Amino acid sequence: MKFAISDVITITKRQLLQLVRVPEVLVFSTIQPVMFVLLFRFVFGGSIASGQPGGYVQLLMPGIFVQTVAFTLASTAIGLAEDMKKGLIDRFRSLPISRGAVIIGRTFGDALLNILVLVVMATAGFAVGWRPTSGILKTSLAFLFLFVFGYALSWIGILVGLSVKEARTVQSVGFLVTFPLTFLSNAFAPTTGMPRALQYFAEWNPVSTMVAACRQLFGLKNQFGATANSWPSQHPLQTSLLYMVVLMVVFIPLSIRKYKNFSS
Amino acid sequence: MKSVIAEHLVKTYRKGEVVALNDLSLDVEEGTVLGVLGPNGAGKTTTVRILATLLKPDSGHATVAGIDVIKNPDKVRELIGLSGQYAAVDETLTGWDNLVMFGRLYHLGRQPSIDRANELLERFDLTEAARRPIKTYSGGMRRRLDLAASLIVKPKILFLDEPTTGLDPRGRQDMWGVIQDLVKGGVTLLLTTQYLEEADQLADEIAVIDRGTVIARGTSDALKKQVGGERLEITVENADVAAAQEIVARVSGHSTHLDLRTISAPVQTGSVALMETLRALDDAKIHPLDIGLKRPSLDDVFLSLTGHIAEETVVEPAKKKRGGKK
Ligand SMILES: Nc1ncnc2c1ncn2[C@@H]1O[C@H](COP(=O)(O)OP(=O)(O)O)[C@@H](O)[C@H]1O
Ligand SMILES: [Mg+2]
Repeated sequence: MKFAISDVITITKRQLLQLVRVPEVLVFSTIQPVMFVLLFRFVFGGSIASGQPGGYVQLLMPGIFVQTVAFTLASTAIGLAEDMKKGLIDRFRSLPISRGAVIIGRTFGDALLNILVLVVMATAGFAVGWRPTSGILKTSLAFLFLFVFGYALSWIGILVGLSVKEARTVQSVGFLVTFPLTFLSNAFAPTTGMPRALQYFAEWNPVSTMVAACRQLFGLKNQFGATANSWPSQHPLQTSLLYMVVLMVVFIPLSIRKYKNFSS
Repeated sequence: MKSVIAEHLVKTYRKGEVVALNDLSLDVEEGTVLGVLGPNGAGKTTTVRILATLLKPDSGHATVAGIDVIKNPDKVRELIGLSGQYAAVDETLTGWDNLVMFGRLYHLGRQPSIDRANELLERFDLTEAARRPIKTYSGGMRRRLDLAASLIVKPKILFLDEPTTGLDPRGRQDMWGVIQDLVKGGVTLLLTTQYLEEADQLADEIAVIDRGTVIARGTSDALKKQVGGERLEITVENADVAAAQEIVARVSGHSTHLDLRTISAPVQTGSVALMETLRALDDAKIHPLDIGLKRPSLDDVFLSLTGHIAEETVVEPAKKKRGGKK
Protein backbone atom coordinates (compact mmCIF):
# COMPACT_ATOMS: atom_id res chain seq x y z
CA MET A 1 0.00 0.00 0.00
CA LYS A 2 2.81 2.36 0.89
CA PHE A 3 4.47 1.47 -2.40
CA ALA A 4 1.23 1.82 -4.30
CA ILE A 5 1.04 5.48 -3.32
CA SER A 6 4.69 6.14 -4.01
CA ASP A 7 4.34 4.47 -7.44
CA VAL A 8 1.45 6.75 -8.33
CA ILE A 9 3.42 9.78 -7.17
CA THR A 10 6.44 8.75 -9.25
CA ILE A 11 4.30 8.38 -12.38
CA THR A 12 2.54 11.68 -11.76
CA LYS A 13 5.85 13.39 -11.16
CA ARG A 14 7.11 12.07 -14.44
CA GLN A 15 4.36 13.92 -16.26
CA LEU A 16 5.09 17.16 -14.45
CA LEU A 17 8.76 16.71 -15.21
CA GLN A 18 7.86 16.40 -18.89
CA LEU A 19 6.33 19.86 -18.68
CA VAL A 20 9.51 21.22 -17.16
CA ARG A 21 11.70 19.55 -19.80
CA VAL A 22 9.46 20.48 -22.71
CA PRO A 23 7.72 23.69 -21.67
CA GLU A 24 6.35 24.09 -25.23
CA VAL A 25 3.70 21.52 -24.40
CA LEU A 26 2.42 23.67 -21.60
CA VAL A 27 2.51 26.78 -23.74
CA PHE A 28 0.51 25.09 -26.49
CA SER A 29 -2.03 23.53 -24.21
CA THR A 30 -2.78 26.93 -22.68
CA ILE A 31 -2.49 29.05 -25.83
CA GLN A 32 -5.36 27.28 -27.54
CA PRO A 33 -8.00 28.00 -24.89
CA VAL A 34 -6.72 31.55 -24.47
CA MET A 35 -7.04 32.00 -28.22
CA PHE A 36 -10.60 30.75 -28.00
CA VAL A 37 -11.34 33.31 -25.31
CA LEU A 38 -10.00 36.13 -27.44
CA LEU A 39 -11.58 34.91 -30.69
CA PHE A 40 -15.05 34.50 -29.28
CA ARG A 41 -14.82 37.64 -27.24
CA PHE A 42 -13.65 39.96 -30.00
CA VAL A 43 -14.71 38.25 -33.25
CA PHE A 44 -18.15 36.83 -32.46
CA GLY A 45 -18.81 38.69 -29.24
CA GLY A 46 -20.13 41.74 -31.03
CA SER A 47 -22.65 39.89 -33.16
CA ILE A 48 -24.13 37.51 -30.59
CA ALA A 49 -26.77 39.09 -28.44
CA SER A 50 -26.36 37.84 -24.91
CA GLY A 51 -29.12 39.41 -22.92
CA GLN A 52 -26.81 39.26 -19.92
CA PRO A 53 -25.42 42.17 -18.00
CA GLY A 54 -21.71 42.38 -18.78
CA GLY A 55 -22.10 41.03 -22.28
CA TYR A 56 -21.27 37.88 -24.13
CA VAL A 57 -18.01 37.21 -22.36
CA GLN A 58 -19.92 36.27 -19.19
CA LEU A 59 -21.77 33.56 -21.06
CA LEU A 60 -18.78 32.58 -23.07
CA MET A 61 -16.28 31.85 -20.33
CA PRO A 62 -18.16 28.90 -18.77
CA GLY A 63 -18.48 27.43 -22.27
CA ILE A 64 -14.76 27.71 -22.93
CA PHE A 65 -13.90 26.34 -19.51
CA VAL A 66 -16.02 23.27 -20.09
CA GLN A 67 -14.76 22.80 -23.63
CA THR A 68 -11.19 22.92 -22.41
CA VAL A 69 -11.60 20.39 -19.64
CA ALA A 70 -13.56 18.19 -22.05
CA PHE A 71 -10.42 17.89 -24.16
CA THR A 72 -8.79 16.10 -21.24
CA LEU A 73 -10.43 13.00 -22.67
CA ALA A 74 -8.35 13.32 -25.81
CA SER A 75 -5.14 14.41 -24.13
CA THR A 76 -5.19 11.55 -21.64
CA ALA A 77 -5.89 9.08 -24.43
CA ILE A 78 -3.16 10.48 -26.66
CA GLY A 79 -0.57 10.50 -23.88
CA LEU A 80 -1.34 6.92 -22.96
CA ALA A 81 -1.35 5.72 -26.57
CA GLU A 82 2.04 7.32 -27.14
CA ASP A 83 3.47 5.64 -24.08
CA MET A 84 2.14 2.33 -25.28
CA LYS A 85 3.51 2.77 -28.74
CA LYS A 86 6.95 3.62 -27.43
CA GLY A 87 6.92 0.46 -25.31
CA LEU A 88 7.01 2.45 -22.11
CA ILE A 89 3.86 0.82 -20.79
CA ASP A 90 5.43 -2.58 -21.42
CA ARG A 91 8.43 -1.55 -19.42
CA PHE A 92 6.27 -0.27 -16.57
CA ARG A 93 4.40 -3.53 -16.64
CA SER A 94 7.61 -5.49 -16.35
CA LEU A 95 8.44 -3.67 -13.11
CA PRO A 96 7.32 -4.88 -9.71
CA ILE A 97 4.97 -1.93 -9.23
CA SER A 98 1.40 -1.91 -8.03
CA ARG A 99 -1.25 -2.58 -10.63
CA GLY A 100 -3.05 0.47 -11.76
CA ALA A 101 -0.36 2.91 -10.56
CA VAL A 102 0.57 3.75 -14.14
CA ILE A 103 -2.90 4.81 -15.24
CA ILE A 104 -3.91 6.37 -11.94
CA GLY A 105 -0.70 8.39 -12.04
CA ARG A 106 -1.54 9.55 -15.55
CA THR A 107 -5.02 10.74 -14.59
CA PHE A 108 -3.49 12.66 -11.68
CA GLY A 109 -0.90 14.23 -13.92
CA ASP A 110 -3.53 15.33 -16.42
CA ALA A 111 -5.68 16.67 -13.59
CA LEU A 112 -2.82 18.79 -12.27
CA LEU A 113 -2.24 20.11 -15.77
CA ASN A 114 -5.91 21.04 -15.92
CA ILE A 115 -5.59 23.14 -12.79
CA LEU A 116 -2.82 25.09 -14.42
CA VAL A 117 -4.75 25.54 -17.65
CA LEU A 118 -7.85 26.70 -15.76
CA VAL A 119 -5.83 29.28 -13.86
CA VAL A 120 -4.35 30.64 -17.08
CA MET A 121 -7.76 30.79 -18.74
CA ALA A 122 -9.44 32.45 -15.81
CA THR A 123 -6.73 35.09 -15.87
CA ALA A 124 -7.19 35.63 -19.60
CA GLY A 125 -10.96 35.82 -19.09
CA PHE A 126 -10.53 38.34 -16.35
CA ALA A 127 -8.36 40.44 -18.60
CA VAL A 128 -11.11 40.68 -21.23
CA GLY A 129 -13.87 41.53 -18.81
CA TRP A 130 -15.18 38.28 -17.37
CA ARG A 131 -16.47 38.88 -13.81
CA PRO A 132 -18.20 36.18 -11.77
CA THR A 133 -20.71 37.88 -9.47
CA SER A 134 -21.64 35.06 -7.12
CA GLY A 135 -18.92 35.38 -4.54
CA ILE A 136 -15.80 33.38 -3.88
CA LEU A 137 -17.51 30.26 -2.55
CA LYS A 138 -19.76 29.55 -5.51
CA THR A 139 -17.05 30.54 -7.96
CA SER A 140 -14.67 28.06 -6.34
CA LEU A 141 -17.36 25.41 -6.46
CA ALA A 142 -17.68 26.01 -10.20
CA PHE A 143 -13.97 25.37 -10.62
CA LEU A 144 -14.23 22.26 -8.49
CA PHE A 145 -16.98 21.05 -10.85
CA LEU A 146 -14.78 21.75 -13.85
CA PHE A 147 -11.87 19.96 -12.26
CA VAL A 148 -13.84 16.85 -11.37
CA PHE A 149 -15.56 16.78 -14.76
CA GLY A 150 -12.13 16.81 -16.45
CA TYR A 151 -10.94 14.08 -14.14
CA ALA A 152 -13.95 11.87 -14.89
CA LEU A 153 -13.40 12.30 -18.63
CA SER A 154 -9.75 11.40 -18.15
CA TRP A 155 -10.88 7.88 -17.28
CA ILE A 156 -12.76 7.54 -20.57
CA GLY A 157 -9.53 8.73 -22.14
CA ILE A 158 -7.68 5.86 -20.45
CA LEU A 159 -10.07 3.34 -21.93
CA VAL A 160 -9.85 4.94 -25.37
CA GLY A 161 -6.05 5.08 -25.17
CA LEU A 162 -5.82 1.41 -24.23
CA SER A 163 -8.29 0.34 -26.92
CA VAL A 164 -7.01 2.36 -29.86
CA LYS A 165 -3.33 1.74 -30.12
CA GLU A 166 -2.28 4.37 -32.62
CA ALA A 167 -1.79 7.84 -31.13
CA ARG A 168 -2.94 9.53 -34.32
CA THR A 169 -6.14 7.51 -34.41
CA VAL A 170 -6.71 8.42 -30.79
CA GLN A 171 -6.33 12.06 -31.68
CA SER A 172 -8.95 11.85 -34.42
CA VAL A 173 -11.31 9.81 -32.27
CA GLY A 174 -10.82 12.28 -29.45
CA PHE A 175 -11.75 15.22 -31.64
CA LEU A 176 -14.60 13.33 -33.25
CA VAL A 177 -16.09 12.84 -29.82
CA THR A 178 -15.35 16.18 -28.21
CA PHE A 179 -16.17 18.54 -31.07
CA PRO A 180 -19.81 17.58 -31.59
CA LEU A 181 -20.27 17.38 -27.84
CA THR A 182 -19.00 20.89 -27.29
CA PHE A 183 -20.71 22.49 -30.27
CA LEU A 184 -24.04 20.67 -29.96
CA SER A 185 -24.48 22.36 -26.63
CA ASN A 186 -25.33 25.67 -25.09
CA ALA A 187 -21.64 26.50 -24.70
CA PHE A 188 -21.31 29.19 -27.33
CA ALA A 189 -24.82 30.04 -28.42
CA PRO A 190 -28.32 29.46 -27.10
CA THR A 191 -29.77 26.20 -28.32
CA THR A 192 -32.94 27.94 -29.54
CA GLY A 193 -31.52 28.25 -33.03
CA MET A 194 -31.06 24.49 -33.42
CA PRO A 195 -33.55 22.08 -34.99
CA ARG A 196 -35.85 20.60 -32.41
CA ALA A 197 -34.22 17.15 -32.29
CA LEU A 198 -30.80 18.66 -31.70
CA GLN A 199 -32.23 20.77 -28.93
CA TYR A 200 -33.15 17.63 -27.04
CA PHE A 201 -29.68 16.24 -27.57
CA ALA A 202 -28.08 19.52 -26.50
CA GLU A 203 -30.21 19.61 -23.40
CA TRP A 204 -29.05 16.25 -22.09
CA ASN A 205 -25.52 16.71 -23.33
CA PRO A 206 -23.24 16.72 -20.28
CA VAL A 207 -21.34 19.65 -21.75
CA SER A 208 -24.56 21.70 -21.67
CA THR A 209 -25.40 20.75 -18.13
CA MET A 210 -21.86 21.54 -17.06
CA VAL A 211 -21.96 24.90 -18.81
CA ALA A 212 -25.32 25.62 -17.26
CA ALA A 213 -24.04 24.59 -13.84
CA CYS A 214 -21.01 26.87 -14.16
CA ARG A 215 -23.12 29.78 -15.36
CA GLN A 216 -25.39 29.33 -12.39
CA LEU A 217 -22.44 29.13 -10.02
CA PHE A 218 -20.86 32.22 -11.54
CA GLY A 219 -24.12 34.09 -10.93
CA LEU A 220 -25.68 34.15 -14.38
CA LYS A 221 -29.12 33.46 -15.67
CA ASN A 222 -28.86 30.26 -17.65
CA GLN A 223 -29.81 30.05 -21.28
CA PHE A 224 -31.51 27.06 -22.77
CA GLY A 225 -33.63 26.47 -25.82
CA ALA A 226 -37.31 25.90 -26.32
CA THR A 227 -37.32 23.07 -23.80
CA ALA A 228 -36.03 25.32 -21.09
CA ASN A 229 -38.24 23.80 -18.44
CA SER A 230 -36.79 20.29 -18.87
CA TRP A 231 -35.18 18.55 -15.91
CA PRO A 232 -31.50 18.94 -16.89
CA SER A 233 -31.95 22.63 -17.64
CA GLN A 234 -33.80 23.14 -14.37
CA HIS A 235 -31.25 21.18 -12.35
CA PRO A 236 -27.91 21.58 -14.07
CA LEU A 237 -25.89 21.10 -10.88
CA GLN A 238 -27.55 17.82 -9.98
CA THR A 239 -27.45 16.52 -13.53
CA SER A 240 -23.78 17.35 -13.91
CA LEU A 241 -22.93 15.77 -10.61
CA LEU A 242 -24.85 12.67 -11.62
CA TYR A 243 -22.95 12.49 -14.91
CA MET A 244 -19.60 12.74 -13.16
CA VAL A 245 -20.43 10.06 -10.64
CA VAL A 246 -21.77 7.73 -13.32
CA LEU A 247 -18.75 8.30 -15.55
CA MET A 248 -16.33 7.50 -12.76
CA VAL A 249 -18.26 4.54 -11.42
CA VAL A 250 -18.38 3.04 -14.90
CA PHE A 251 -15.05 3.98 -16.40
CA ILE A 252 -12.60 3.67 -13.51
CA PRO A 253 -13.18 -0.05 -12.98
CA LEU A 254 -13.50 -0.67 -16.72
CA SER A 255 -10.20 1.07 -17.44
CA ILE A 256 -8.34 -0.62 -14.62
CA ARG A 257 -9.61 -3.99 -15.69
CA LYS A 258 -8.67 -3.33 -19.28
CA TYR A 259 -5.19 -2.29 -18.21
CA LYS A 260 -4.65 -5.36 -16.08
CA ASN A 261 -5.81 -7.77 -18.74
CA PHE A 262 -4.30 -5.87 -21.57
CA SER A 263 -1.85 -7.66 -23.76
CA SER A 264 -0.90 -6.96 -27.31
CA MET B 1 20.31 -25.50 -12.62
CA LYS B 2 18.06 -24.00 -15.24
CA SER B 3 17.27 -20.33 -14.71
CA VAL B 4 14.72 -20.11 -17.48
CA ILE B 5 12.47 -22.88 -18.72
CA ALA B 6 9.80 -22.62 -21.39
CA GLU B 7 7.78 -25.68 -22.22
CA HIS B 8 5.44 -26.15 -25.17
CA LEU B 9 4.50 -22.49 -25.44
CA VAL B 10 1.68 -21.76 -27.85
CA LYS B 11 0.46 -18.28 -28.65
CA THR B 12 -1.92 -17.35 -31.43
CA TYR B 13 -3.40 -14.06 -32.52
CA ARG B 14 -6.60 -13.14 -34.31
CA LYS B 15 -8.51 -16.14 -33.07
CA GLY B 16 -5.88 -18.61 -34.14
CA GLU B 17 -5.25 -17.18 -37.58
CA VAL B 18 -1.74 -15.99 -36.75
CA VAL B 19 0.38 -18.53 -34.95
CA ALA B 20 3.14 -16.64 -33.20
CA LEU B 21 4.45 -19.55 -31.12
CA ASN B 22 3.90 -23.14 -32.05
CA ASP B 23 4.99 -25.49 -29.29
CA LEU B 24 8.17 -23.63 -28.43
CA SER B 25 10.41 -25.05 -25.73
CA LEU B 26 13.76 -23.79 -24.54
CA ASP B 27 15.80 -23.38 -21.41
CA VAL B 28 18.77 -21.39 -20.18
CA GLU B 29 21.34 -22.79 -17.78
CA GLU B 30 22.15 -20.51 -14.86
CA GLY B 31 24.99 -18.12 -15.62
CA THR B 32 25.02 -18.78 -19.35
CA VAL B 33 23.87 -16.94 -22.45
CA LEU B 34 21.27 -18.37 -24.79
CA GLY B 35 21.00 -16.69 -28.17
CA VAL B 36 17.60 -17.04 -29.76
CA LEU B 37 18.23 -16.64 -33.46
CA GLY B 38 15.48 -16.17 -35.99
CA PRO B 39 14.21 -13.94 -38.78
CA ASN B 40 11.56 -11.26 -38.44
CA GLY B 41 8.27 -12.74 -37.33
CA ALA B 42 9.78 -15.98 -36.02
CA GLY B 43 8.36 -15.41 -32.55
CA LYS B 44 11.33 -13.96 -30.67
CA THR B 45 9.54 -10.99 -29.16
CA THR B 46 6.53 -13.09 -28.26
CA THR B 47 8.77 -15.54 -26.41
CA VAL B 48 10.52 -12.77 -24.50
CA ARG B 49 7.25 -11.09 -23.61
CA ILE B 50 5.83 -14.30 -22.20
CA LEU B 51 8.95 -14.97 -20.14
CA ALA B 52 8.94 -11.37 -18.88
CA THR B 53 5.29 -11.77 -17.76
CA LEU B 54 3.92 -9.25 -20.26
CA LEU B 55 1.92 -11.78 -22.20
CA LYS B 56 0.07 -14.94 -21.31
CA PRO B 57 0.54 -17.93 -23.58
CA ASP B 58 -2.53 -19.78 -24.86
CA SER B 59 -1.01 -22.93 -23.48
CA GLY B 60 2.30 -24.17 -22.20
CA HIS B 61 4.26 -23.40 -19.15
CA ALA B 62 7.27 -21.30 -18.21
CA THR B 63 9.37 -20.63 -15.16
CA VAL B 64 12.02 -18.05 -14.37
CA ALA B 65 14.30 -18.84 -11.43
CA GLY B 66 11.91 -21.66 -10.66
CA ILE B 67 8.92 -19.32 -10.41
CA ASP B 68 5.90 -19.76 -12.63
CA VAL B 69 5.55 -16.70 -14.86
CA ILE B 70 1.82 -17.15 -15.28
CA LYS B 71 0.88 -17.88 -11.69
CA ASN B 72 3.33 -15.59 -9.99
CA PRO B 73 4.21 -12.71 -12.30
CA ASP B 74 4.88 -10.18 -9.55
CA LYS B 75 7.56 -12.34 -8.02
CA VAL B 76 9.19 -12.86 -11.41
CA ARG B 77 9.23 -9.12 -12.09
CA GLU B 78 11.34 -8.56 -9.01
CA LEU B 79 14.03 -10.84 -10.39
CA ILE B 80 14.34 -9.97 -14.05
CA GLY B 81 15.57 -7.17 -16.21
CA LEU B 82 14.04 -6.61 -19.63
CA SER B 83 15.18 -4.50 -22.51
CA GLY B 84 12.68 -4.71 -25.33
CA GLN B 85 13.14 -4.57 -29.07
CA TYR B 86 12.63 -0.80 -29.15
CA ALA B 87 14.17 1.39 -26.50
CA ALA B 88 11.36 1.99 -24.03
CA VAL B 89 12.25 5.14 -22.19
CA ASP B 90 10.54 8.48 -21.83
CA GLU B 91 11.93 10.49 -24.72
CA THR B 92 10.99 13.89 -23.37
CA LEU B 93 12.91 13.31 -20.16
CA THR B 94 16.66 13.25 -19.76
CA GLY B 95 18.64 10.06 -19.31
CA TRP B 96 19.15 10.92 -15.68
CA ASP B 97 15.42 11.60 -15.14
CA ASN B 98 14.57 8.24 -16.64
CA LEU B 99 16.98 6.23 -14.52
CA VAL B 100 15.98 7.99 -11.32
CA MET B 101 12.32 7.40 -12.15
CA PHE B 102 12.90 3.70 -12.74
CA GLY B 103 14.91 3.52 -9.53
CA ARG B 104 11.94 4.98 -7.68
CA LEU B 105 9.63 2.49 -9.35
CA TYR B 106 11.89 -0.29 -8.11
CA HIS B 107 11.32 1.27 -4.67
CA LEU B 108 14.91 2.22 -4.15
CA GLY B 109 14.41 5.39 -2.15
CA ARG B 110 15.40 8.83 -3.36
CA GLN B 111 19.12 9.00 -2.73
CA PRO B 112 19.86 5.38 -3.67
CA SER B 113 17.95 5.96 -6.94
CA ILE B 114 20.09 8.99 -7.70
CA ASP B 115 23.30 7.18 -6.83
CA ARG B 116 22.41 4.20 -8.93
CA ALA B 117 21.46 6.43 -11.87
CA ASN B 118 24.80 8.21 -11.74
CA GLU B 119 26.64 4.92 -11.45
CA LEU B 120 24.89 3.40 -14.46
CA LEU B 121 25.29 6.53 -16.59
CA GLU B 122 29.00 6.43 -15.85
CA ARG B 123 29.28 2.76 -16.63
CA PHE B 124 27.50 3.07 -19.96
CA ASP B 125 29.43 6.12 -21.01
CA LEU B 126 26.42 8.39 -20.86
CA THR B 127 27.49 10.83 -18.17
CA GLU B 128 27.98 13.61 -20.67
CA ALA B 129 24.52 13.15 -22.13
CA ALA B 130 22.87 12.58 -18.78
CA ARG B 131 21.13 15.96 -18.69
CA ARG B 132 19.93 15.93 -22.26
CA PRO B 133 16.48 14.71 -23.32
CA ILE B 134 16.57 11.20 -24.78
CA LYS B 135 15.20 12.65 -28.02
CA THR B 136 18.65 13.98 -28.73
CA TYR B 137 20.37 10.61 -28.23
CA SER B 138 21.73 8.42 -31.02
CA GLY B 139 20.27 4.96 -31.49
CA GLY B 140 23.19 3.37 -29.67
CA MET B 141 22.88 5.73 -26.73
CA ARG B 142 19.18 5.03 -26.44
CA ARG B 143 19.77 1.31 -26.38
CA ARG B 144 22.46 1.67 -23.75
CA LEU B 145 20.19 3.80 -21.60
CA ASP B 146 17.40 1.30 -22.05
CA LEU B 147 19.73 -1.48 -20.98
CA ALA B 148 20.87 0.59 -18.01
CA ALA B 149 17.23 0.99 -16.96
CA SER B 150 16.84 -2.78 -16.91
CA LEU B 151 19.89 -3.17 -14.68
CA ILE B 152 18.83 -0.88 -11.87
CA VAL B 153 18.29 -3.58 -9.29
CA LYS B 154 21.11 -5.79 -10.60
CA PRO B 155 18.89 -8.56 -11.88
CA LYS B 156 20.37 -12.04 -12.07
CA ILE B 157 18.30 -12.88 -15.13
CA LEU B 158 18.18 -10.62 -18.12
CA PHE B 159 16.13 -10.64 -21.33
CA LEU B 160 17.40 -8.61 -24.27
CA ASP B 161 15.24 -8.49 -27.38
CA GLU B 162 17.32 -7.68 -30.45
CA PRO B 163 19.67 -5.36 -28.57
CA THR B 164 21.57 -4.23 -31.67
CA THR B 165 18.93 -4.16 -34.38
CA GLY B 166 18.93 -0.72 -35.91
CA LEU B 167 22.38 0.24 -34.65
CA ASP B 168 25.29 1.22 -36.84
CA PRO B 169 28.42 -0.98 -36.71
CA ARG B 170 30.04 1.24 -34.10
CA GLY B 171 26.96 1.19 -31.87
CA ARG B 172 26.82 -2.54 -32.27
CA GLN B 173 30.40 -3.01 -31.18
CA ASP B 174 29.80 -0.84 -28.12
CA MET B 175 26.68 -2.79 -27.24
CA TRP B 176 28.49 -6.09 -27.58
CA GLY B 177 31.18 -4.84 -25.22
CA VAL B 178 28.59 -3.81 -22.68
CA ILE B 179 26.82 -7.17 -22.91
CA GLN B 180 30.07 -9.10 -22.62
CA ASP B 181 30.88 -7.21 -19.43
CA LEU B 182 27.51 -8.09 -18.03
CA VAL B 183 28.00 -11.73 -18.81
CA LYS B 184 31.36 -11.70 -17.07
CA GLY B 185 29.51 -10.36 -14.05
CA GLY B 186 27.58 -13.62 -13.99
CA VAL B 187 24.08 -12.81 -15.22
CA THR B 188 21.96 -15.36 -16.96
CA LEU B 189 21.05 -13.90 -20.32
CA LEU B 190 18.48 -14.71 -22.95
CA LEU B 191 19.18 -12.66 -26.03
CA THR B 192 17.34 -12.60 -29.32
CA THR B 193 18.91 -11.63 -32.60
CA GLN B 194 18.61 -11.85 -36.34
CA TYR B 195 22.37 -12.10 -36.80
CA LEU B 196 24.30 -15.32 -36.60
CA GLU B 197 27.44 -13.29 -36.01
CA GLU B 198 25.93 -11.67 -32.94
CA ALA B 199 24.77 -14.94 -31.47
CA ASP B 200 28.20 -16.35 -32.25
CA GLN B 201 29.92 -13.48 -30.41
CA LEU B 202 27.74 -13.41 -27.34
CA ALA B 203 25.98 -16.71 -26.77
CA ASP B 204 27.15 -19.94 -25.22
CA GLU B 205 24.34 -21.75 -26.90
CA ILE B 206 22.06 -20.89 -29.78
CA ALA B 207 18.45 -21.83 -30.40
CA VAL B 208 17.33 -21.22 -33.96
CA ILE B 209 13.65 -20.51 -34.24
CA ASP B 210 11.41 -20.46 -37.26
CA ARG B 211 7.66 -19.94 -37.34
CA GLY B 212 7.30 -20.11 -33.61
CA THR B 213 9.27 -23.21 -32.88
CA VAL B 214 12.89 -24.20 -32.21
CA ILE B 215 14.35 -25.92 -35.26
CA ALA B 216 17.92 -26.35 -34.11
CA ARG B 217 19.87 -25.99 -30.97
CA GLY B 218 23.50 -26.19 -29.98
CA THR B 219 26.72 -24.32 -29.53
CA SER B 220 27.70 -21.77 -32.08
CA ASP B 221 30.50 -24.05 -33.33
CA ALA B 222 28.22 -27.01 -33.76
CA LEU B 223 25.77 -24.88 -35.65
CA LYS B 224 28.41 -23.41 -37.89
CA LYS B 225 29.82 -26.85 -38.60
CA GLN B 226 26.38 -27.91 -39.68
CA VAL B 227 26.12 -24.89 -41.92
CA GLY B 228 29.61 -25.28 -43.29
CA GLY B 229 31.64 -22.59 -41.58
CA GLU B 230 33.35 -19.80 -43.45
CA ARG B 231 33.78 -19.50 -47.17
CA LEU B 232 36.67 -17.96 -49.01
CA GLU B 233 35.52 -15.74 -51.84
CA ILE B 234 37.74 -14.22 -54.50
CA THR B 235 37.09 -12.30 -57.68
CA VAL B 236 39.71 -12.18 -60.44
CA GLU B 237 40.10 -11.05 -64.07
CA ASN B 238 38.54 -13.39 -66.63
CA ALA B 239 41.93 -14.51 -67.84
CA ASP B 240 42.95 -15.65 -64.38
CA VAL B 241 39.84 -17.58 -63.44
CA ALA B 242 41.15 -21.05 -64.26
CA ALA B 243 44.45 -20.60 -62.45
CA ALA B 244 42.82 -19.01 -59.44
CA GLN B 245 40.24 -21.77 -59.24
CA GLU B 246 43.02 -24.31 -59.01
CA ILE B 247 44.69 -22.42 -56.17
CA VAL B 248 41.49 -22.04 -54.19
CA ALA B 249 40.67 -25.73 -54.62
CA ARG B 250 44.13 -26.68 -53.36
CA VAL B 251 43.92 -24.39 -50.30
CA SER B 252 40.42 -25.35 -49.28
CA GLY B 253 40.58 -29.02 -50.14
CA HIS B 254 37.03 -28.79 -51.42
CA SER B 255 35.51 -28.27 -54.82
CA THR B 256 35.02 -24.65 -55.74
CA HIS B 257 31.95 -22.77 -56.80
CA LEU B 258 32.20 -20.34 -59.70
CA ASP B 259 29.88 -17.44 -60.28
CA LEU B 260 31.01 -15.28 -63.21
CA ARG B 261 34.51 -14.26 -62.06
CA THR B 262 33.91 -14.98 -58.37
CA ILE B 263 35.28 -18.20 -56.98
CA SER B 264 34.27 -19.48 -53.57
CA ALA B 265 34.93 -22.54 -51.44
CA PRO B 266 34.45 -23.61 -47.84
CA VAL B 267 37.54 -23.32 -45.63
CA GLN B 268 38.51 -24.59 -42.21
CA THR B 269 40.37 -21.69 -40.63
CA GLY B 270 39.53 -18.58 -42.55
CA SER B 271 42.51 -16.41 -41.78
CA VAL B 272 45.06 -19.11 -42.56
CA ALA B 273 43.35 -19.98 -45.81
CA LEU B 274 43.24 -16.34 -46.75
CA MET B 275 46.99 -15.92 -46.24
CA GLU B 276 47.84 -19.09 -48.13
CA THR B 277 45.66 -18.10 -51.03
CA LEU B 278 47.14 -14.61 -51.21
CA ARG B 279 50.65 -16.03 -51.20
CA ALA B 280 49.85 -18.54 -53.93
CA LEU B 281 48.15 -15.87 -56.02
CA ASP B 282 51.17 -13.63 -55.63
CA ASP B 283 53.51 -16.43 -56.74
CA ALA B 284 51.31 -16.97 -59.78
CA LYS B 285 51.31 -13.20 -60.43
CA ILE B 286 47.53 -13.03 -60.19
CA HIS B 287 46.07 -9.85 -58.76
CA PRO B 288 42.66 -10.49 -57.24
CA LEU B 289 40.03 -7.78 -57.77
CA ASP B 290 38.45 -8.70 -54.48
CA ILE B 291 39.14 -11.27 -51.82
CA GLY B 292 37.54 -11.98 -48.49
CA LEU B 293 35.97 -14.38 -46.07
CA LYS B 294 32.26 -14.77 -45.94
CA ARG B 295 30.78 -15.83 -42.65
CA PRO B 296 27.59 -17.80 -42.82
CA SER B 297 24.56 -15.59 -42.26
CA LEU B 298 21.19 -16.38 -40.86
CA ASP B 299 20.12 -17.09 -44.42
CA ASP B 300 22.82 -19.74 -44.78
CA VAL B 301 21.75 -21.29 -41.49
CA PHE B 302 18.19 -21.40 -42.64
CA LEU B 303 19.05 -22.73 -46.01
CA SER B 304 20.96 -25.61 -44.53
CA LEU B 305 18.48 -26.31 -41.72
CA THR B 306 15.20 -25.98 -43.51
CA GLY B 307 16.01 -25.93 -47.18
CA HIS B 308 14.27 -22.58 -47.52
CA ILE B 309 15.52 -19.12 -46.78
CA ALA B 310 14.17 -17.10 -43.89
CA GLU B 311 10.53 -16.31 -44.63
CA GLU B 312 10.47 -12.59 -44.04
CA THR B 313 13.21 -10.48 -45.51
CA VAL B 314 15.90 -9.94 -42.95
CA VAL B 315 16.50 -6.24 -42.74
CA GLU B 316 20.07 -5.04 -42.65
CA PRO B 317 20.99 -3.45 -39.34
CA ALA B 318 21.92 -0.01 -40.64
CA LYS B 319 18.77 0.36 -42.70
CA LYS B 320 16.31 -0.89 -40.15
CA LYS B 321 13.97 1.88 -39.07
CA ARG B 322 12.83 2.35 -35.52
CA GLY B 323 9.20 1.91 -34.62
CA GLY B 324 6.81 -0.13 -36.66
CA LYS B 325 5.12 -3.20 -35.39
CA LYS B 326 5.78 -4.52 -31.96
N1 LIG C 1 -0.40 -8.31 -31.39
C1 LIG C 1 -0.29 -9.11 -32.45
N2 LIG C 1 -1.35 -9.32 -33.27
C2 LIG C 1 -1.26 -10.12 -34.32
N3 LIG C 1 -0.16 -10.78 -34.69
C3 LIG C 1 0.94 -10.63 -33.93
C4 LIG C 1 0.93 -9.78 -32.78
N4 LIG C 1 2.17 -9.81 -32.22
C5 LIG C 1 2.90 -10.64 -32.99
N5 LIG C 1 2.17 -11.13 -34.02
C6 LIG C 1 2.64 -12.07 -35.04
O1 LIG C 1 3.27 -13.16 -34.41
C7 LIG C 1 4.42 -13.56 -35.13
C8 LIG C 1 5.63 -13.52 -34.23
O2 LIG C 1 5.90 -12.17 -33.91
P1 LIG C 1 7.15 -11.73 -33.04
O3 LIG C 1 7.21 -12.54 -31.80
O4 LIG C 1 7.05 -10.26 -32.87
O5 LIG C 1 8.37 -12.08 -33.98
P2 LIG C 1 9.88 -11.58 -33.94
O6 LIG C 1 10.09 -10.83 -32.68
O7 LIG C 1 10.69 -12.82 -34.03
O8 LIG C 1 10.06 -10.71 -35.15
C9 LIG C 1 4.51 -12.63 -36.32
O9 LIG C 1 3.93 -13.30 -37.43
C10 LIG C 1 3.70 -11.46 -35.92
O10 LIG C 1 3.14 -10.82 -37.04
MG1 LIG D 1 10.73 -8.94 -32.42
